[in-house]
Amino acid sequence: MSLPSSLQYGAFLLCVALLVRPLGAYLDRVFARGPTLLDRLLLPLEAALHRALRVDPLEEMTWGEYASAFIVFSGCGCLVAYALLRLQSVFPGYDAAALTTSMTPALAFNTAVSFATTTTWQAYAGETTMTPWTQIVVLMTQNFLAGAAGLAIGIAFFRGFAREKAAGLGNFWSDLVRGVLWVLLPLSVLGALFLSWQGVPTTLLSFRRVATLEGVSQVIALGPVAPFEIIKNVGTNGGGFFNANGAHPFEVPTPLVNFVLLLSIVAIPAALTHTFGRMLGRPRLGWVLFGVMVALFAAGLVVCHRAEARGSVALRAAGLTAGTPNLEGKEVRFGVGSSVLGAVTTSNGATGSTNSMHDSFTPIGGMVPLFNMLMGEIVFGGLGTGIMSLLLVGFLGLFAAGLMVGRTPEYAGKTIGATEMKLIMLYALAAPVAILIPTAIAVRVPAGLAGLTTNTGPHGYTEILFAFASCFANNGQSFAGLSANSLFYNVATAVAMMMGRFGLAVPALALAGRFGAQGRRPATAGTLPTDSLLFGFVVIATALVVGALCYLPALCLGPIAEQFRN
Amino acid sequence: MKLIVRSTVYVVVLTVLLGGVYPAVVWGVSHVFWKEKAEGSFVTTDGRIVGSELIGQGFKSPKYIHSRPSAAGKEGYDATASTGTNLGPTSADLAKAVAAAVAVAREDRPGDPRPVPADLVTTSASGFDPHLSPDAALWQAARIAKARGVPEEKVADVIRRHVEPRTLWILGEPRVNVLLTNLDLDRSLPAR
Repeated sequence: MSLPSSLQYGAFLLCVALLVRPLGAYLDRVFARGPTLLDRLLLPLEAALHRALRVDPLEEMTWGEYASAFIVFSGCGCLVAYALLRLQSVFPGYDAAALTTSMTPALAFNTAVSFATTTTWQAYAGETTMTPWTQIVVLMTQNFLAGAAGLAIGIAFFRGFAREKAAGLGNFWSDLVRGVLWVLLPLSVLGALFLSWQGVPTTLLSFRRVATLEGVSQVIALGPVAPFEIIKNVGTNGGGFFNANGAHPFEVPTPLVNFVLLLSIVAIPAALTHTFGRMLGRPRLGWVLFGVMVALFAAGLVVCHRAEARGSVALRAAGLTAGTPNLEGKEVRFGVGSSVLGAVTTSNGATGSTNSMHDSFTPIGGMVPLFNMLMGEIVFGGLGTGIMSLLLVGFLGLFAAGLMVGRTPEYAGKTIGATEMKLIMLYALAAPVAILIPTAIAVRVPAGLAGLTTNTGPHGYTEILFAFASCFANNGQSFAGLSANSLFYNVATAVAMMMGRFGLAVPALALAGRFGAQGRRPATAGTLPTDSLLFGFVVIATALVVGALCYLPALCLGPIAEQFRN
Repeated sequence: MKLIVRSTVYVVVLTVLLGGVYPAVVWGVSHVFWKEKAEGSFVTTDGRIVGSELIGQGFKSPKYIHSRPSAAGKEGYDATASTGTNLGPTSADLAKAVAAAVAVAREDRPGDPRPVPADLVTTSASGFDPHLSPDAALWQAARIAKARGVPEEKVADVIRRHVEPRTLWILGEPRVNVLLTNLDLDRSLPAR
């Protein structure tokens, strides 16, 4: 790896590590309703909001009530978004001539589901499908709301471990509003102003026609990009204002913006490991989880960078020398280093805001983001959902370890019994069902194969696998050569998104409810210490083994087969 | 039922705050401090707007630095249709397109034994990458010098003036903004 790239990767992980403790402590205070600097400004607003809706933010909800509130809130967000998307022509700024892709019911359904589940898969192309009004009022608002809802269930999940013999997991409405007002909104305001300073536009104009230096007419799509761009990352959503997403120079004009935006994706999910440790009064538990994340993240960076720096067979066949870096689908200001950092961060961070075209990555380089998503977004991952997925994988590992020594597995004094294991398996099985079966169908039916308009062979197959992996992981990035705006893909990917969102959240909340109701067993000499390096290895090994068992055959047909041609 | 009403009202009320107040604040502050950037970093020369500093243009004239190949729109550099080629690493179409670009680039330096800079012959992700690597810009210096009737070294000097280094030594790659450099070429070395 080149020296500047290595230093950039190191600096990135260092910045993340430095943010974990302060941000994690802040999140703990916010959701425990402790005092913060923003209280004078926000407490009256929060109180007024809850009063108007006659909600008592201190009222405890059982796991079932919490999960219902989460599901109904997501559903209502989805319906409101669907209605507004279908009605976008009656709202200001609608220009039928400029919007060449129409908002069909299937596309609106897909988009509404994808924004309500933080997937933000782009079957649409921002500049040719949406008015800036739609982008701001519908999509950007959903970025906040769905992000905060995910954060809320993450916090509720933690409470299950922190509490003993408790019936409730907190109040969803309180957590939701606190997540928006105390966390996402302040970070977004600061971030949007930083982006503005760096050159990201915030304008009401949606198009501007200029005559270029050579006198050719060029129409430039514009819009209020800065406020959109930051929450798209902070909320781990990722659907771009423009079709090219983070590669568009109006979205990410400089390498510094790239670095800060990528940091804004992983900052909160990384800090949640510390929030978790603090809430349990055992910060070491959190640091072990953070260590696991960093190790898997760094491994992805190394593999992806080496593959991209080595180039592809297409470039060699065109007469470029061996070892020419693969710059197809990458921007000059990013080069290989910042593009690889973007690919690994966004694929791990459940955020589709890619700054390069992953479809044009080398087979192994493109397999890294695919594998990150297939592992279940356990490395940083989505707001609130990432650490949940990682812990579920950890419990699988504890279960396997427990079988070997003949003990009931325990984590933080909570017993993982038969019912708990069934809930965990429910999630573990949802993943291959939602990813592999639709992929198998898509490569057998004409409607699925019709999507392969750009690439064929193993690479075309990888495009389809990537699509379902991304949607189930609520990530939203794509191998964009797949033409996904068809009835088949709009419906099939939306189903995968819902399975990914609720197939994780509901079992996880049920698990948290059961853990919260338990007491806490004291650790004995026979307990596997879960705040140890050993447990870290168990988690990594489980993630890799489970991932490999499920997906190795699928990967062999795609990127691995293609690598033999490369 | 109560839950549905409550959820919908939360969505609507928060939409006003997040989709209304928040972008309005960002719009206001950015227009007070960075109005030009907030409107899209447009560049003016001789009182005429010639494009945005951040959006590349498909230069064709031999006296200008040419930008990278583009997949945006039919003609390329369509700034309403951002996209890359999305062609995979083993695609024959990609090999063909890059080979064609290599042949064009070779015309600028017949017989030059050095490899053609990779960014000059590959398609960007956005379709209007505003930059080139310094090597890719300098590769074209001889052709530009001939078209303008000036020594190659003078063109190279202008290009070198516009090289932006990595940010903080480690972020991104060194690069040249094609539009700004071409404007400077017109200013410093007007074609005779």
